[in-house]
Amino acid sequence: MLEIRRLHKSFGGVRALAGLDLRIHSGEIVSVIGPNGAGKTSLFNVVTGFYPADSGDIIFEGTSIHGLESNEITQAGVARTFQNVRLFLNMTVLENVMVAQHCRTRAGVVRAILRTPFLRREEAEIRQRAKEILSFFGSRLVGYRFDQPASALSYANRRRLEIARAMATDPKLLLLDEPVAGMNPRETAELTGLIRRLRDERGLTVVVIEHDMKVVRNVSDRVVVLDHGVKIAEGSYDKVSSHPEVVEAYLGRPVEAG
Amino acid sequence: MKDQDTRRLLRWGLVAGAVMTFTAAVGMLEAFDDRLLIRPVLSLGYLIMLWFAPVAGYQATNTPVLEGLTRPPSGTRNVAAGAICGLLGGTVLAAFTVLVDTFDLRGVFLPFSSRLVELLTYGLGVPAGLLFTALVPAGLGLVGGTLHLASASLRRRLILASEWVVVVALLEQIFTQVLSRIRLEALAEAIFTLRALEWWAALGVAALVAVISERSRGSLAMVRQRLFASDPRRRTANSVWMAIGVVVFLIVIPQVLGSLLSEVLANVGLFLLMALGLNIVVGLAGMLDLGFVAFFAVGAYTVGVLTSPISPRFAFEWSWWVALPVAIAMSALAGLLVGTPVIRMRGDYLAIVTLGFGEIVRILFLSDWLSPTFGGAQGVQNIPGVPLGFTEVSGVDPEGVLYLAFVFVLLSVWVSWSLQESRIGRAWTALREDETVAEAMGINIVRAKLNAFIVGAVLAGFAGALFAAKLGSVFPSSFELLVSIIILVVVIVGGMGNIPGVAVGAVVLIGVLGGPQVPGLLAEFSEFKLLIYGALLVFMMLRKPEGLVPSVRRSRELHGEELTQDAWLDKQGVLAEAGTATTEGAVNGR
Repeated sequence: MLEIRRLHKSFGGVRALAGLDLRIHSGEIVSVIGPNGAGKTSLFNVVTGFYPADSGDIIFEGTSIHGLESNEITQAGVARTFQNVRLFLNMTVLENVMVAQHCRTRAGVVRAILRTPFLRREEAEIRQRAKEILSFFGSRLVGYRFDQPASALSYANRRRLEIARAMATDPKLLLLDEPVAGMNPRETAELTGLIRRLRDERGLTVVVIEHDMKVVRNVSDRVVVLDHGVKIAEGSYDKVSSHPEVVEAYLGRPVEAG
Repeated sequence: MKDQDTRRLLRWGLVAGAVMTFTAAVGMLEAFDDRLLIRPVLSLGYLIMLWFAPVAGYQATNTPVLEGLTRPPSGTRNVAAGAICGLLGGTVLAAFTVLVDTFDLRGVFLPFSSRLVELLTYGLGVPAGLLFTALVPAGLGLVGGTLHLASASLRRRLILASEWVVVVALLEQIFTQVLSRIRLEALAEAIFTLRALEWWAALGVAALVAVISERSRGSLAMVRQRLFASDPRRRTANSVWMAIGVVVFLIVIPQVLGSLLSEVLANVGLFLLMALGLNIVVGLAGMLDLGFVAFFAVGAYTVGVLTSPISPRFAFEWSWWVALPVAIAMSALAGLLVGTPVIRMRGDYLAIVTLGFGEIVRILFLSDWLSPTFGGAQGVQNIPGVPLGFTEVSGVDPEGVLYLAFVFVLLSVWVSWSLQESRIGRAWTALREDETVAEAMGINIVRAKLNAFIVGAVLAGFAGALFAAKLGSVFPSSFELLVSIIILVVVIVGGMGNIPGVAVGAVVLIGVLGGPQVPGLLAEFSEFKLLIYGALLVFMMLRKPEGLVPSVRRSRELHGEELTQDAWLDKQGVLAEAGTATTEGAVNGR
């Protein structure tokens, strides 16, 4: 589904991605792990068009999305959340999800002014769909929450809303950047289940950046380890966690006697 | 003296002194002395100079009370503080009087005349009158301080009553006009003599307002609750009735107001049209455009050139209605042309570049190069009015222009509202909140911004077309930078991103104070208009940055923390005595 070939990206002298190769298959849940500064978020930023790659290619469903604007990439079917939650805080919960359906809907200025039947129907659909997506999170974001500003939500609910917003763009591939950061153990367990449901019920392919190894173990079909902008290992959680290079990347090289 | 907050006293006293000295020094006292407001005691000049003394006297002990603490009981402390505060201000004013009297500063400061000294000393001359110069503000400060002794509801009524007396006296034109239209000339003649309200009439107005405010307490909330009834069928019925009411009101009002006031309102309509356009660009999409007048100019010139029989190049003599679509298309095109290069810029950069574009457009219309088409400094003249079949509406028929302005404003309100409540409007809001994320959520930001720019330009072009027909001629000098700035001020003061807010802003600023080159109701102020604009803007930025009638979203943005805290307090039942809390809030805001 997503194929990344020899991807390079530097910021000044810092090489965030140094010839990364990566394949994501349809219907997988892949975790991307690695120490701080390994290039995980940079990978997301380059894939979603936030930064242009210096070289290399990104192929999504057979066509290159390299060099497209980020809204075009979203339109193609890649959605993301942010490490430091970035909601539209002054819009309501419902509006946050409604606005994300922008690229899947069509009514323009003229239709809006004339209030054509097409527009009314589409507006009703947008609203309906937003409510349906929010109900995916159980009772947490529904009912009276619909009309609350996003800024009134708790931290965990903001993370959930961000996922809902990403879902509303109707993606095929969902990139979650540390979705459980700052959550308590119960919320973490709940979200882990939710990530699985995203795949099982909604048929999404999910790539997760995560530091919480319990989540990584529970959720991933496959784990990819990055360090210094390259892939140093991949495979099942058990295989990767005992990989010597991975241990070294996380813990440092043992001091050799002598 | 021991229990006084000396620093606070000192601050408010000096502020009062500064305000009074400033208004006297810029010549307002002198310029407005001829305009009596309340016969025989108060002229506009003295009102402008002295109004701040009671406010300062009240504020001197109006300290905010922290949650969980109770306000110390009011007593002589408040009264004394008010008096001291006023006295302090008065002393500053007296010092200023001595300065003006002793040194001849007329060469530098023109308003510093002997007449100024005479007015400041209430006609008693320097040594004797100085006592009054200092004591009158002290007395007024004492009055302000005494307000603390009144109960909250009495205080509210007193303040409201005095405000209404001033409003009635200031806007005497409206009241005489309306009274004479409804055949109550006798009443108008009785209460107003030479534009000034008789003192007994002033007391009557105050009493009336106090009684009405007591009677009507809560009825506004009830009306609102009815209008926004939760039952959707009732709500539709209500809004239909309201729409009918608005239309009837709009039809009747020009007849009641007469041509002079219709003229003022028509100008309000013109500026409101532009402000609605700018509100889309600035208020909804969050792009600061300082060259908005360019689109207004394009609309006006297009209509002028196409309809005028003596237009320099194309004397097509088209009907206004044929020229209007062209004007709209041209302003949309202008929006596209200006928008395309600047769309990738953000914030301050965008503001500066649009400012440049606005000036470029004006200078192009003025230039020799384009003068064969647009007439250079002479502009385009003899522009016919708007033909309506049975009549032709032009500037000599202010009621007609007003009707047209109403229609266009309603149209623009509809456009603004329906866009705001649509997919496009949501995209604009998201754009304003966080451009990067909006783009990542699939919004084509270039297109969304261009949409905003073009819709805004079209609304301004609309206004321009009407302006050309109303004035009968267009000159480059009508499209100065000041116009852009004033429209922006209208949007900011009214309430960004909120249609009723923008309307209120236009009525208050353009209608009452007057816009660039158009007089408002208070035509006396034209000389000091920009000064008042500036003062108002500063005040709004400090105290009510969300505008007079804020949009929900905007006030959330600016008062986010307070709101959540209030909500929390509300839940805890701490704001149970909401009555007192809100009245004090309102006074604080003044």
